[in-house]
Amino acid sequence: MLTALWLAPLVVAAVLAAVPAARREVVLGAWLVLTVAEVVGAGFVWTAVPRAGGFASEVAAPWIPAFGVGYHLGADGFSAPLVAMTAVVFLAVALGSLRRPDVEDPARTRAFVLLFLALEAVGIGVFLALDLVLFFVFFDLSIVLMYFVIAGWGSGARTRSALQFFLYTFLGSLVMLLGFLVLAVGARDHGGITFDIPTLAARNPLAGQGVTGALALAAIGIGLAIKTPVWPVHTWLPPAHTDAPAAGSAVLAAVLLKMGTYGFVRIAMPLLPGPWRSAALVFVVLGVVSVLWGALVALAQRDLKRMVAYTSITHLGYVVLAVGAAGFVAAGPEARILAVTGATVQMVSHGLITAALFLLTGVLRRRGGTSEIAAWSGLAGPMPRFSWTFALAAFASLGLPGLSGFVGEFSLLAGSLPAVPVWTVLAALGLALTAALFLRALQAMLLGDRHLPARAERPPVPRAGLARFRAPGSPDLRVAETTAVGLLLACSLAVGVAPALLTTTIAPAAAQVVALVSR
Amino acid sequence: MTADVVTLLPEVVLALGAVLGLLVGSFLPPGREAPVRWVGIAAAVATIVVALVGPVGASAFGGTYTVDVATTTVRVLVAGAVAVTLVLAGDPGAGGASNGTILASNARTAPLTQRAGRSRTAFAVLVQLSGVGAMVLGGASDLLLLAAAVLLAGLPLAALAGLARDGRAAEAALKYFLSSALFGLVLLTGVTVLLGLTGARAYAALGRVVPPVAGAVALLLVLVGLLMTLGGVPAHFWVPDAVDGTHPVTGAVLTTTAKLGGLVAVWRLLVAVPTATVPWPLLVAVLGVGSMTLGNLAAFAQTSLRRLLAYSTVSQVGYLLVPVAAAARSPLALPALLGYLAAYATTNLAVFAVLAARPHALEIADQRGLARRHPLLAVALAVGLLGLVGTPPTVVFAGKLAGFTAAVDGGMTWLAVVAILNSIASLFYYLRWIAPVFSTGDPVLRDPVAPRARVVAVVLAAASVVGGVLVAFVR
Repeated sequence: MLTALWLAPLVVAAVLAAVPAARREVVLGAWLVLTVAEVVGAGFVWTAVPRAGGFASEVAAPWIPAFGVGYHLGADGFSAPLVAMTAVVFLAVALGSLRRPDVEDPARTRAFVLLFLALEAVGIGVFLALDLVLFFVFFDLSIVLMYFVIAGWGSGARTRSALQFFLYTFLGSLVMLLGFLVLAVGARDHGGITFDIPTLAARNPLAGQGVTGALALAAIGIGLAIKTPVWPVHTWLPPAHTDAPAAGSAVLAAVLLKMGTYGFVRIAMPLLPGPWRSAALVFVVLGVVSVLWGALVALAQRDLKRMVAYTSITHLGYVVLAVGAAGFVAAGPEARILAVTGATVQMVSHGLITAALFLLTGVLRRRGGTSEIAAWSGLAGPMPRFSWTFALAAFASLGLPGLSGFVGEFSLLAGSLPAVPVWTVLAALGLALTAALFLRALQAMLLGDRHLPARAERPPVPRAGLARFRAPGSPDLRVAETTAVGLLLACSLAVGVAPALLTTTIAPAAAQVVALVSR
Repeated sequence: MTADVVTLLPEVVLALGAVLGLLVGSFLPPGREAPVRWVGIAAAVATIVVALVGPVGASAFGGTYTVDVATTTVRVLVAGAVAVTLVLAGDPGAGGASNGTILASNARTAPLTQRAGRSRTAFAVLVQLSGVGAMVLGGASDLLLLAAAVLLAGLPLAALAGLARDGRAAEAALKYFLSSALFGLVLLTGVTVLLGLTGARAYAALGRVVPPVAGAVALLLVLVGLLMTLGGVPAHFWVPDAVDGTHPVTGAVLTTTAKLGGLVAVWRLLVAVPTATVPWPLLVAVLGVGSMTLGNLAAFAQTSLRRLLAYSTVSQVGYLLVPVAAAARSPLALPALLGYLAAYATTNLAVFAVLAARPHALEIADQRGLARRHPLLAVALAVGLLGLVGTPPTVVFAGKLAGFTAAVDGGMTWLAVVAILNSIASLFYYLRWIAPVFSTGDPVLRDPVAPRARVVAVVLAAASVVGGVLVAFVR
């Protein structure tokens, strides 16, 4: 079941690649159907997750037995929501990418679709993997695929940005691999080398080996921090986001960054409980600095896409703060479980909202060729659908109650408060800054005198024949784009209105991790 | 005696293939020597079969030659590499006929047959002979046999490098020959000292190396001599010039076959020496670090793809020495080494095959827009190059993972750290090659693609991915 879930996009990709000179409609249609099927599949996986904790539909087989590497998949309260979020984001991205430039070569369209199918496979795979090597394989492949997305379909200094992204995150992933190796070899004296995550969590192989454990956590922590990204290793993110295509940005923010934060709750915390407790304050501080740094720098941005990129650092800084706070045993289990649950909700919520924001920014770039905030004003008149969805996404991102951002941030801050009160209060300042920067952007772009870039003012040239009637004269969102963004925001609204949908699944897994960290 | 020959049957089959090829070739008109290649390919395939069904765990000629899992692996890999290069050699321009239109301006003026002579026969025969040498290298457990095998594996390569008979090829051949003569002497000196110290030729006697300093120096000399065969620091000087001066197919041979046997030879020699007498793990680790670092640094600035690849093979020797360094203390080292050898052979041949497919485009700038004109070839190239970095799910990733695990397991975490940092650095120059391939600009050249090389490149690239996924079933 789980194997089928991550393998299905690759199968579709292989079929599409094998069909010679496939027509563009066929390729895009197959992509859309697959992404819908993935959402349904992810839903089934979610419902199968046991409410008492533990993994659903586990698959385990030896892979490289001599080295203790296994093919081990499973879905628990952390994986299922993230898999579902990934599936929804890819569906939205597929919808948002349906309209291709008319001049685009069909072979290029196909290559684009193939890349995103492969990205969906590794995105889902990484959240299901229960073996360190398997996790690393998906983690690393996501970097390679995203490199090609940015270098192939980006804008601006895309080659440079893509190279920087690849080198930086590849460095992180290999440093992380080193930590994995130390962990796996550390298990040698406890019954043989193994890369199996649940087995390693049960064995706690590096317990009592202070320095080795600290070094392993440092290696894994640096690797995950680069991917998350946490200040001060975030510098690859803004150029990558700015120059990536909108669909790539959405996936990068929603799925790839989550691989970092998910790694904390899946690997770093349960496998290295002792070092995690000792280093918890480091993560708290880095998290808070990321929150404030990201928000302040975002405030100074003139480009909407770059601004949204920096808010990602803020939002994921909260997650790092919360998982750090969960390392303070003295705070009591309830608060720590709340913190970890909140952190996971925040991951899902950030994925949904930021994907929506990036898709909307992509619409601006397509219509007007620029996402400079100053280039757009008074959009509420000519682009009502854009304005409504953009405002809703912005409010969700700044944490308006009733939307998912509020649920995540409120519960993780409430959970962190007993452990690290001063730092939590500092982080809460980030909420005010985020609100300020989004309101400023909304005010500048939606209200005021109508002013659009010349390219957006000019309606697209009507094509010949019947197509003329379909060619819209307005720069507003098209049906598919509205559906894509609306879907993401509807999910965010659902979580905001009925958070129990999410938290009842996450809480058992969070309780397990908190218990493992307390050992 | 008969039993000994049976044990050595794979080597015998390949050598007979070479002899038969020589005979057949001398009866064929120059320029129409395809049957020689077919004889060679058949012999190589037969070698693989014989190696796989033959006895494992035997030794021949009074213990001078050992047949174990390592030997079998080397036999299969070397024969496979020979078969692949012989297939590649069927393309026009490859197989020693000439560097032709690529390099030598005088080549265009001379008629092909006159210039080439029977060079295709020579190419096929030399590849097979070098393969025999590499296989003997892998199995040798006797100092004198080791010395003989180094010569047998190396000398045909010098001739191979010079087959094209133009200026660049002559330089390549001379450089290879001179450095192999020099380092061969170094090796022989080391062998002599070791013989003197132990009073025996067999590796088993190496445990008795009494004065540690003399023993260590002698061992170092032998190691350096073997590194010439491998193309690793400090005996790597020939690699860039030899690869850059010859056709990519020849380059593939130069950087693959001998390396496969040579690394197993290094491993076999060193594990016979107690680490208490000579601290060879550290020595090998330092040599490995030297190879990977120097190879990577030198590859950074290259614009010639053959030079870039040549330096990349130097750095790969460094990674291959990682499991060897761990061999004394980790039981995982040998499977890691053998796995990495298989991975390296597949991936390196795949990348060289991509080069051989377009022997006119050997500069980075010539690669622009390759993905638009030849998407399959471009994907094969990306898979191969990213594979050499160690990106999952390719076989080299499995090999590197195993090698690094062995290093950490053997208490050499620092070596794994250096190797990982080097892998990251290597990504940079591989990406310098990949980026123009997938750039949207119009292709630079509208050149014909060598059909066999394209098929080989795609098949090997696919094999490197499938092999990475199915690595469980290998052993």
